[in-house]
Parts: sequence; structure tokens; C-alpha cells
Amino acid sequence: MNAVEFSSVPAEPARAAVTVRDLQIEIAGTGTPVVSDISFEIASGEILGVVGESGSGKTTVGLALLGHARRGLSISGGTVLVGGQDILALGDEQLRRLRGATVSYVPQDPASSLNPALRIGLQLREVLEAHAANVDGHRPGRADHSARIAEMMREVALPDDRGFLRRYPHELSGGQQQRIGLAMAFANRPSLIVLDEPTTGLDVTTQAHVLETVRQLAKLHDVAALYVSHDLAVVAALADRVAVMYAGRLIELGTAEALFAAAGHPYTRRLIGAIPRLRGGRSLVGIPGRAASPGNRPPGCSFAPRCSLRIEQCEEEVPALRSVAPSHLVRCIRAEEVLVQEQRRIGDPVEMPPAQDLAAVRLDSVLALYGRHEVVHSVSFSLAAHECLALVGESGSGKTTIARAIAGLHHNWTGKITLGDLPLHPSARRRDADTRRRIQYIFQNPYGSLNPRRTVGQIIGQPLRVFGTATGRDADRRVAEMLERVALTASYAARYPDQLSGGERQRVAIARALVCDPAVLICDEVTSALDVSVQAAIVELLGNLQRDLGLSMLFITHNLPLVRSIAQRVAVLHDGAITEIGETAQVLGSPAEPYTRQLISDTPSLETAIAEVGIAEAP
Amino acid sequence: MRARFRWGGVSRFIVRRLVLGLVVLFLVSLVVFAATQALPGDPARAILGRSATPTALAALRRHLHLNQPVFSQYWTWLTGLLRGNLGTSLAAQEPVTTLLGPKLVNSAVLVAVSAIVSIPLSIALGSWAALKRDKIFDTVSSNLLLVLAALPEFVVGVVLVILLATIVSQVLPAISTIPPGSRPWNYPSYLVLPALTLVIAVAPYVSRIVRASMIEVLESDYIEMARLKGLPERTVMLRHALPNALGPVFQVIALNLAYLAGGVIVVEYVFNYGGIGSAVQEAVLSHDLPVVQTLAMLIATVYVVLNLLADVATITVTPKLRTQL
Amino acid sequence: MIPVAGADMAAAAPLETPPVRATSLLRRSLRLWRTRIGVGLVVLLVLLAIVGPFVAPYGSGTFVAAPNSPPGKGAAFGTDYLGQDVLSRLLDGGRSILLLAFIATAVGLIAGVVIGLVAAYARNAFDDVLMRGMDVIMAFPQIMLALVAVAVVGAHPWVIIVAIALTTVPRIARVARGAALPVVERDFIACSEAMGVPRWRILFGDLLPNTLGPLMVEASLRMTYSIGLIAALAYIGLTINPNDPNWGLMIRENQIALTFQPWGAVLPIIAIALLTMGTGLIGDGIARTAAGIDRSRGAE
Repeated sequence: MNAVEFSSVPAEPARAAVTVRDLQIEIAGTGTPVVSDISFEIASGEILGVVGESGSGKTTVGLALLGHARRGLSISGGTVLVGGQDILALGDEQLRRLRGATVSYVPQDPASSLNPALRIGLQLREVLEAHAANVDGHRPGRADHSARIAEMMREVALPDDRGFLRRYPHELSGGQQQRIGLAMAFANRPSLIVLDEPTTGLDVTTQAHVLETVRQLAKLHDVAALYVSHDLAVVAALADRVAVMYAGRLIELGTAEALFAAAGHPYTRRLIGAIPRLRGGRSLVGIPGRAASPGNRPPGCSFAPRCSLRIEQCEEEVPALRSVAPSHLVRCIRAEEVLVQEQRRIGDPVEMPPAQDLAAVRLDSVLALYGRHEVVHSVSFSLAAHECLALVGESGSGKTTIARAIAGLHHNWTGKITLGDLPLHPSARRRDADTRRRIQYIFQNPYGSLNPRRTVGQIIGQPLRVFGTATGRDADRRVAEMLERVALTASYAARYPDQLSGGERQRVAIARALVCDPAVLICDEVTSALDVSVQAAIVELLGNLQRDLGLSMLFITHNLPLVRSIAQRVAVLHDGAITEIGETAQVLGSPAEPYTRQLISDTPSLETAIAEVGIAEAP
Repeated sequence: MRARFRWGGVSRFIVRRLVLGLVVLFLVSLVVFAATQALPGDPARAILGRSATPTALAALRRHLHLNQPVFSQYWTWLTGLLRGNLGTSLAAQEPVTTLLGPKLVNSAVLVAVSAIVSIPLSIALGSWAALKRDKIFDTVSSNLLLVLAALPEFVVGVVLVILLATIVSQVLPAISTIPPGSRPWNYPSYLVLPALTLVIAVAPYVSRIVRASMIEVLESDYIEMARLKGLPERTVMLRHALPNALGPVFQVIALNLAYLAGGVIVVEYVFNYGGIGSAVQEAVLSHDLPVVQTLAMLIATVYVVLNLLADVATITVTPKLRTQL
Repeated sequence: MIPVAGADMAAAAPLETPPVRATSLLRRSLRLWRTRIGVGLVVLLVLLAIVGPFVAPYGSGTFVAAPNSPPGKGAAFGTDYLGQDVLSRLLDGGRSILLLAFIATAVGLIAGVVIGLVAAYARNAFDDVLMRGMDVIMAFPQIMLALVAVAVVGAHPWVIIVAIALTTVPRIARVARGAALPVVERDFIACSEAMGVPRWRILFGDLLPNTLGPLMVEASLRMTYSIGLIAALAYIGLTINPNDPNWGLMIRENQIALTFQPWGAVLPIIAIALLTMGTGLIGDGIARTAAGIDRSRGAE
């Protein structure tokens, strides 16, 4: 019923390496569709980026290109043509021969996808052996495979000696593990590679290297690639064309330039607006509500409930994916109106109040240890009252250690930390109740920071009980107030955490932290586990709360562009020492230190990826 | 997959576990001694009963060194134990070693036979159930094993006697008394029912753990990846799945072997099989302290050794742990 | 470690599957047929044990007919090796087993949970010490310890209870500790610590409610074992009072007569078998429910 119109597609059908038509995947046995009406093409040597947030079905689509569906799901319709063959119609043995040879897969988490009990040399070799074919009557032997493996290793910039190949996966770094994954995928010169968020969980620097490797290999071997990601900045830098997925459907498909310059679907616009920008302090705008899960999707356009442009017709039937420009398809009946909107309107510049002189928290020569290992080397800085200071660094830089030391959760440090005039004891338990009340901490993992056995109301009310600030009906009122403050309704008080989404849980965590009127708020990577649009909303909320309540906030993150939208000053941490500290615009706009410059250049951002035509202007 | 040990790390680990095991045994010996000889009350009277004459009591007290301070008693006992002098049985009036020797052999044979049957059987059952998860074999075997696991072993034993030796059929002997002086392997039919009982006692646990371990492995990312690489299913199973599934299984096997060592106590009674099980009961009922102490230490040592072996085996199969040492 | 960003998080698959509320776990497990059967069996046999003595046709020590008489008038299932009515002795014989097993398991459960939780929360040398202590106790098969205890002190009820409770403690402590360790790592515990909540409150208010799933499963497993052990002890002959009827003892007494008067041994066997099967099914039902909940959470 949904007509797909293709008009003069740049990838001529004869050259298209991969053609997907009407792919549909449902929950096994129930018929509830998880992904439907997916159709697209990829040419040889082209990288198609598939973006979407949680539950959009992008990973499911990626796996379907190998004829694989995860437990509980089944591929119920459509065709996937690779090299003329319909993958979905193949038998088991044919499918097996196809996987790893014609179509290969690069998984998201390299650490768990490599067998911990086998050496990496063996794991590389077996993908060659499984698909060893007779070439000119000569079957490749051990030596042939060894030579090929050495070649593969060089392609991914890893050592090609035997000693390295004898290592076990856990003896490699995350970046190295992922390169092994890439080597295995490209080993048999496939026609199509599906990459499933392969840089998630890697440091920005490592990520940059891996992306570069992917780009080179794809071009070198003329492979069609499907790159699944939630990170639009990465996709913008890497992909030739982009497909946007929402609630199991393809809602926009076009070239990267066209899409990021002027997207045609309201969701894509909002998504782009939610991405933190390195240049220009923009407030981030999230998208209210959340995506419907399979089985709960509305009859018309799935995005309609959250769309500011919706009209009655949107809710009646699913819009068709139609062409609004050469090679630009959008699934929205008001696409033409969306196209002419100026992208720059999203997000107003942020007014940062100037920082004050008195320091809320001061660190003097703080040296922190983990066991016997020194992780923070004599760090000194101060957090001024009513200011938001961002602490930026990669994993292992010591930022979380510092945060926990301030909160009294990490005991193994020397030096001096003061709250105003008061020196702080390393252990929170030894501090007096009022001090504990004044410093509050929000954790990264929304799924671990709330007690699953308590209701939201009890969780938010806990500090009130512990510090004796309010009891009984007073406490209930305060809890209801806080819920409103964090843009949740008072009815949430009776719910349990497992009924809430990640974004909602973080709001509850924020409410809990603020219910006792703290002076200092420490946010430890609070948005790292959230979708981009949800992240935007939370950062927005935190920013507003910080300014309204005059909190002194320490904002810890590894995401550099995010800092722009919330912090007045930023401190860059590297290997346990502060390399640079100063006003955000200064540090990010014209960094003084080489490490900071390196970090900025390695961070994929929309601005650097494509020539920005009329998007963000420097403030 | 050729395993190459880094001898430094692994042997240090073994030594550490050995020391730990010895510490545990030492503590166990304290407990055993305290429980049997050092408790308040008079062991001599407990042994001889109310009607004992003062002379007999005094003689026994001297014999058991009960007049000496507790620590020297303990020391005498411990050094004797280590030298191989396990004392003299009070009931049988002969050295404990001569008394227990043949019984130990009997029990060892029984346990060995049971282990040889039950462990491969459980691994096969568990693996197959995991592979054919939620299909007929899995559901039927899971429920059957659940029921069997719940039953106390002596119940299983008596039921087997009813089914195979007395009422329903008479294919096997109901009593398995091995004539003193002869060896159990000369009377294989006597071994069948006791061994079967023990197998039924142990197999459900091992196979359920194997099944759970296998399922966890089969659902892991690296197995999915192996399939997506296009590897033949057999390679996936044998090279990727099995080694990773075996790790925790070693621990369970060790625990179950140890459990067998304890389970023989009751099972031997059911079939009147002359092993350490019956020795324990007789010793306990007749307050034969040296025998009780020896048997307790023996069983504890078996436990500790088996656990040590299990840990070493786990390390062998898990390279990650090996390189961290 | 760089946290995993975005990617199928939020409402979809959580980073960790959260533990389940206990009351809902019990209620949900009752939906499975196996739990219902288990509960049914246990209730049936508990009733039998409690009400039995009052409805028994004869006293358990009364001489009714010639020893080992087959079922006939007067004795529905015949007489045992002394001429006492098998049915009456059966109805009388469950109480002591159940009572001892229940008390021993309960005591072991409480002590074991406390030790396991404290060890998991302490996470340092104290944890090591506690667990080594548990190892020492676990170096004995449960029955061995019970035998030795009875041998040394005598066959009093409290001796049996202490012996079985003592050997139950380390096994439960292990499970409690194992279930608590991942919970201890979670941030809401750190949050309570940062607020300065007293340690005992964290243990029993935050930690315990989140480990109830595995604990309940282990508790029913232990109950099954305890029943089996006490019956086994009686079977070997170590009962409190040789004249009191006891299912284990009955089997021992009447095993010899299996070929011509099986009921003396068969009835108590059926009783013990049904009881242990019942507790086993309950434990399995709870385990499956908890696993099923975890799995469905992960797949969302």
C-alpha cells in the first residue's frame, strides 16, 4: 500500500550492490511488526548510514541483511538482493556460505564478540578457512592463509607478527579489538559489510582512527557498506547517503549533504537540533514523549503524537515514502513545508550568567589512588559559586575519581578539598549531615541509580527522611513539587523505576538530588547512556535548573560539544592532570594546549563534516 | 588450541590454593577434635555408658589421653594422624587403618563407578537439552530430573530395590554385602543398584548446571558472531561453545564428586554395602572416636582436594584468568 | 571506561535487568502450573502431618494384628513389623520431620542471609574471613556433621536442628553473597552511602529486598534437603525416640518385609517423595518465573 517512488537514483539499478525491498520483521509468533516497509539500495563503494534512536529497529535491519534475526524475532517478508541473490530465500547451508564471505558483519561490542577462550590468530584464520574456495584448482593451504592474515593486519594498522596473533582478546585494547573485527569482516572481500555501531564505547581518539580505517577499506575494496549508528555526527562524517529510521520505519532517505543542510522530516529536524554543537553555545532542544514500542504504534504516522506539525490527516494513515527532490525521499505529508524551514531556528543561544568570586568547592593538590595505582596527580582547581564547570576527559583521565572524592565516595586520596570554608573528610559517612546534604551526586547509569524495590515517590523522598528536612504530608508535597520541576507529573510518584524510560529515570535522579536544596550538584556523565534527543532534554533541564536555583555544578562528560550548552568554564583532564582550564568559548574556540586541540579535531561534529550552509553561525 | 602455561603464574596460584586448602584442613581438624574430644562432658562415660565401672573409665581415659591438657591431646592426635598412625578402633580393637582399609577400597570403587557413569551422562544430557532448548527432550528431561533431584537418596535407593530387586522385578540383588576379604569388582552385580542410586542422586544437578552454562554460552555475543562469520555449526559448537561452557562445570563436578563421597554414607546403608558409609554409622553409634575422627578428616580432605582440582581445571580452560595471574 | 552511549538503550534493553519485587515474584510464580502442583503437594502433606494424629484409626503404638499382616479388616494398609497399624503410624509420622526441617531451615536461612549480605557489602578482608569460615563448615557433607553431632551429644531435637542449621548456613551464605555482589556495585547503594545512611539500613533496606529472588529459590532447595536429611537420619536409626513414629524410621523398620508386606515401607516413601517433590517444584517455579521476567525485560 505504500508506494515507493524512485526517480533518477544516482546508483543505477545495474550498479547497485545491494537492493532491499519491503523488508518486514516481526515478533516471532505474534505477527506484531517490529520493522516494516524497508526499501533502499546501496551501490558498490558507497556507505549508507542508518540512524535512529532506541527502538527504531536499525540494528534489526542490519542483521536482516545477513539473513539473521535475534531470538524472538523473525523476518516475515521482503527481499534482500546481494549480487543478484535473494538472501532471505536461501537455505541454511547457502546462507552459511554467504555470511563472512559475501556479506559480513562488524559487531557493536568487540570485547564480547570475540571468543575469550581462543587466540585472535585462530579467530582470524577460521573465517578464511570456512570460506576457502578452490581458485584455479588450487585449494589455499595454511601458508596462504597466514600470508593473507598478515596482509589483513596491515590493512587495519595492527602488528602482523606471530607474537601478536597469539594474544587472547582480553589482552587487546578496545580499539585493537574493533580493528580485529574489521579485519575479519573484510577478510574475504565481501560485497556488503554491515557495521553495527562499531565505535560505541571507544574513546574519541580511537573512534576517529577506526572510522578512518573503515572509510579507507571501503573505498579500497569497493565494498558497499551499511553503517548503523545513533550518532549523527559520525554518520555525517562517514556516510555518502543517510537513512533515518523511526519506530520501525524508514522516514527519510537522501544524501548526507541534503539531509543535514535541510531535512524533510520533522523528526530528522528535531534530531539534528538536539545534537550538541562545538561552536556556538546553543541550548539543546529535546523531543517530548518517547517512541512507541512494537505493538503500540499508532495507526497513522508513528511520529505524529510527538510532532508539532501534525494535522488530522497524519493520524489517519501511514504516509508514503515519496520523493521530494532527486534522490531525497521523505515519509511525511508536509515535507515541502519542513524543507523550507531554516534549520538554524532550532536552539537559542544560551545566556550564561557570569561566575562569582567565591568558591563553592576548592581542590588543592589532590592526589587520588586506586589501590596502589595513582590515577589523579596533584590536581587543583575551584568551582565558583553559581557556576557550572565542566570536567572533560576520556576514560581513565580521572574525572570520575575526582567527582567521587568530592562526594565522599572515594576515600583513597590526599590533599585538601573544601566546601566553602569547611575541609571535607574523605569518607561521606564521617561528614556531618548538613555537609552531606549540601553536596549531591547524580550517577551515570539511570538503571542502577534507583532502587528497583522502591517507588519513585519513596526514592525522591529518601533524602528528606535521611536529613530530616521534611516529614509526612510536607514531604509528599515537596516530592510532588520536585516531580513537576523535572517535567514529570505528580502521578509518577506511585510508579516503580522499571516502568520508566532512561530519560525519565534520570529526571527522577535529578529530583532526588535537588529535593533537599543542595549547594553543589555533581553530574557524572549523566547523559552518556541516553539517546541523543533525550540527552538534549536532560541537559536542557539541568542547565535551566542550575541557573534558576543558583547551583554550583560540576558537569562531568567525555562529550566535548555537550559542554558548550551548559558550562561556563571547562577543565580538560588527561591522564590524571588538568591540561587546560578556562572559559568554554575560549577553550573550545581557540584551545591553547595540543591535547585539547587533538581532542577537538578527533571529535566528529556536524560542523566539521559538511560545509554548513545556513545552519549554525558562530555567536 | 594448544594451551601453553605460563608456569610462573599458574604454579603460584596452585601453591596459594594449596596453602589455603591446608589452612582449611587445619581448621577442620580443630573442629573435628573439638567436637569429639574437647566438648564438655566425659567422652569416656559417653563411650562406655552408664554402667561402666570406675576402673574401666579410668583405663579408657588413660588410653585416650583424656587426662592430659586439651592442647597436648590435640597435638598427639594430629601428629599421629600425619605419621599415619590413625589410632586404634575402640569397638573393633584393631588399628583404624586395617579396619578401614578394605572399606575404603569398596567405597572408592563404588564412587568411581558412579562418577564414570554420571559425569559424562550429565554433560551429555545437559548439553543436548541446551541445544534442543524448549523442545520435547528438554522439557521432559528437565521435569524428570527435577523430580529425581528432589528425592532423598535413600528413597531413591529403596524405590530401586522395590522396582528391580523385590516387588516389580528381581533382576538385581537387594542386598550388596561384599564378603569380607574379597574385592567389589568380583561382584559386579552388587555394584549396580548402589551405583545407580548415586548416579540418580548426582546427575540431575550436574546436568542442570551444564544446561544453564551451555545456554548462557549459546546466547553469548561471540557465538552469534561465529555464526555470522559463516562458520559451520559443528565448529561453532565444538571450538567456540564447549570450552567456554566447561569452565563452571568443573567446579560443579568437583562439588558433586564430593557430594558423592558424602552420599555413600546413606546409600551404603540401604544396600548393606561394606564401605566407609557403614563404617561411619557403626563408629558413630558405638562412639568409636578414633574411627569417627579419621573418617571426618578423610572426607574433609577429599572435599578440599577436589575443590583444588576444580579450580586448577577452571584456570586451564579460561585463558583470561591465566594471564591475569 | 567510556560508557556505552545511545544504542538501543532507554526504554528498550536496559544495561542491567533489575531484580523483581518479591511479592510479585511469588504471585507470578503461582501462575505456573508447576508451582501450583508443588504448593498443592506441600499443603496436602503438611495437613496430613498436622491433622493426621487426630484422625488416625489407632494409636501409633497399639498392637492391632499379627506383625506384617497384609491389608485387611481393621488395618487398611496392614501392620508393620511389630503389629502396629501402618496407616496410623503414617499419619503420626510426619510431624517431627516437618517441624525439625522447618526450624532448622529457618534458622540456617536467617543466619546465612546475614552472613552472606555482610560479606558481600564488606567486600574486603572481612569478606575473606567470613567465607573461609563457611568453607570450613562446607568441608563436611551435611549428613556427616549431623551424624557426628548426634554421636557425640546424643539424639536430641536441638542437636539435629543445630547440626542441619549449621550446615545450611554456609550454603545459603554463598548464594546470598553471590546475589548481593552485583547489587552492591550499583549506584543506588553508593547514593545511600553518600547520604550517610547507616550500614545496617543499607543491608536490610536496600540490599536484601533486591536479592530475594535467588534467596527464595535457595530457601526452597534447602528445605527440600533438610527434609531429606532428617528422614535419612531417621532411616539410619538416629531418631530422637525410637518408639515415636517417623517416616524415615518406618522405612527402615519395614524394608526387610518388602517382599510380602510392602505397605509399611511404601507408604512413607510415597509421603516423603511427594513432600520433597512439592518443595522442589515450588523452588523451580520461582526460579523459572524470575528467569522469565529477566528474559522478557531484556528483550523489550
